[in-house]
Amino acid sequence: MAVVTNPQVDKGSIEKGVNYSTRVDKVGGRVQTVRTIRITAAVMLAFLLLIPVFWMGATAFKVRADAIATPPKIVFKPTLEGLIFLFTDRSVLNQARSKRLKARINELNWYERIALEGGQQITGPSEYVTRLRNSVIIAGSSTILAVALGLLAAYAFSRFKVKGESDLLFFILSTRMLPPVVVTIPIFIMYTKFGLHDTHIGLILLYTVFNLSLTVWLLKGFMDEIPREYEDAAMVDGYTRMQAFRKVVLPQAITGIAATTVFSLIFAWNEYAFALMLTSEKARTAPPTIPTIMGRGGMEWGTIAAGSLGFLIPVVIVTFALRQYLLRGVTFGAIRQ
Amino acid sequence: MANVVLNQITKQFRNVTALRDVSFEIKDGEFFVLLGPTGAGKTTSLRVIAGLEKQDAGTVTFDGEAVDARSPAERDIAFVFQQYSLYPTMSVYDNLAFPLRSPLRKTPEAEIKTRVTATAEKLRISHLLERKTAKLSGGEMQRVSIGRAIVRNPRIFLMDEPLSNLDAKLRESLRIELEHIQKTQQSTTLYVTHDQVEALTLADRIAVLRQGRVVQIGTPQDIYDRPANVFVAQLVGTPRINLPSATRTNQALTVTGSDIQMPLPANGQAFPPSITLGIRPEDVQPASDGAFAGQINLIEPLGVETILHIKSGEQTLLSMVSGMSQARIGENVRFNIAPDRLHYFDGNGMRVAV
Repeated sequence: MAVVTNPQVDKGSIEKGVNYSTRVDKVGGRVQTVRTIRITAAVMLAFLLLIPVFWMGATAFKVRADAIATPPKIVFKPTLEGLIFLFTDRSVLNQARSKRLKARINELNWYERIALEGGQQITGPSEYVTRLRNSVIIAGSSTILAVALGLLAAYAFSRFKVKGESDLLFFILSTRMLPPVVVTIPIFIMYTKFGLHDTHIGLILLYTVFNLSLTVWLLKGFMDEIPREYEDAAMVDGYTRMQAFRKVVLPQAITGIAATTVFSLIFAWNEYAFALMLTSEKARTAPPTIPTIMGRGGMEWGTIAAGSLGFLIPVVIVTFALRQYLLRGVTFGAIRQ
Repeated sequence: MANVVLNQITKQFRNVTALRDVSFEIKDGEFFVLLGPTGAGKTTSLRVIAGLEKQDAGTVTFDGEAVDARSPAERDIAFVFQQYSLYPTMSVYDNLAFPLRSPLRKTPEAEIKTRVTATAEKLRISHLLERKTAKLSGGEMQRVSIGRAIVRNPRIFLMDEPLSNLDAKLRESLRIELEHIQKTQQSTTLYVTHDQVEALTLADRIAVLRQGRVVQIGTPQDIYDRPANVFVAQLVGTPRINLPSATRTNQALTVTGSDIQMPLPANGQAFPPSITLGIRPEDVQPASDGAFAGQINLIEPLGVETILHIKSGEQTLLSMVSGMSQARIGENVRFNIAPDRLHYFDGNGMRVAV
């Protein structure tokens, strides 16, 4: 890429100064190459990591034969069968009934026809929709609660002299030291006695408490990073501490809040064991539901994949919405502004 | 603007006593400087006045009215912090408008605009108003921070080493601007610094703090010409004051380990037998017919003046001469010491009056 106007330069003439420009070009080229290699590597890694997600996404739109084909089919004829099976309850038809139904195919909806092709008849909407909604309500509420409470606690720990501060912080952290599954049975008994079994409030409470230790500790780290002078300045400028917290501290803690929110949400969203133990019908969330899809009429891989995909989407949306804060957030405030 | 009085303020942090019985008065319209080394209690004094820190004993009064029970917001003060403390999520304009937007003041937006614009012009930061504060240079940041203080008319300005994070050139120019603003606005200002040059140039009066106690209060001239003790004498003045020890005989003071002899002042018979002399470097002047002999040990040419290290016997005295000196290291010189400019300190380092 060197731009050489004077051929003398190459022969090492007196005008050595020109060599600088050729050198800069060479360096520029190397930087470019490194960049290209790095991006290529990143893309390849991302591709590798996304294979399972792609597999799941593809399976969600495959008919059963395609889903279990060996070698796996990359190109296939997409179908909505999986999604329809996911959102509906069906009964398996015998030959005679199938024939009868096929006779009046013109009266059927598009999705009833697709079900019929799989030899099934739709009997009503499935539980998946309510379960997904439960997941949204429970995970969402508990995350908001845990982050809000954690924010206030973290601010207090970070700014005020709290008696026995280190002991309290250790106690909060210690709630994470026991694997939660160990206490499922006591909690199950407690919840049954208190009437919290199979209620939204029950799971929200539980997830909030589990997440509190995480949010307090994470957010305290972020709060510690925000110099106190900002609040001092705001208080001198005519604001109360609470107003200073809202106007000056919160906007600066936004990266931390975003990161903490995503972490809490993912935990509450994915939680399986307690959801299975403490709920049955009303408040059951999506994670214990998805495996139960398997049962009806053989392994419906398309339906399972569709259920997992639907389960994945809300977290992806939240993470994506907060992405501009996350990159700095997950470095735990290591980068000073 | 207000008259501010600190009356016997004591403040204790865990094991450290930050302030002991500190009392001073800042008169209305005065530029008052708190001078002292790190840990002397300067910043704590400011924070007590601002209400950001609660004193353990003593009272703070504004215009004769105790303000101890009031929150920082209610005290109506402006604070310029060492670390600028500009709100990073806001633009320069919003930073300047922030104190005016306080729920306590409820300034209409139109008035905010006029005042912010006027302040920005005064500090020559009008072109920065739309910028985010993170994209400013250090000097610009501190300008904005000063602007946030002068945008309203507080009862007192508190400035906590506002220039110490800037490079030397910028510090000088901003110092002059600060002085100009204070003089034109007649604002009561309490300024904290460890830099004696800032203190001497800016102050109407200076209070020297050491380990939480007020050592001396006075005009810059008082502080420089009549330091209350060895500590103040050393703190103020560059290069540092010479502090040789001397013994008193009947007619003269003899500097230890050298043949320098100074005449006793009028009340010199009352001096203790051993004494510390304070000799400012500008009072040690080489002269071909000088009374004392010495050898030049080191030369520090600073352009406008030159500092000579003159060794006489066991003592090395600093001498400051104007301009560039022709002297050479190792050269023998004769020099004079101005006898009427000497300071005398007793065994405890306290000034002995003449």
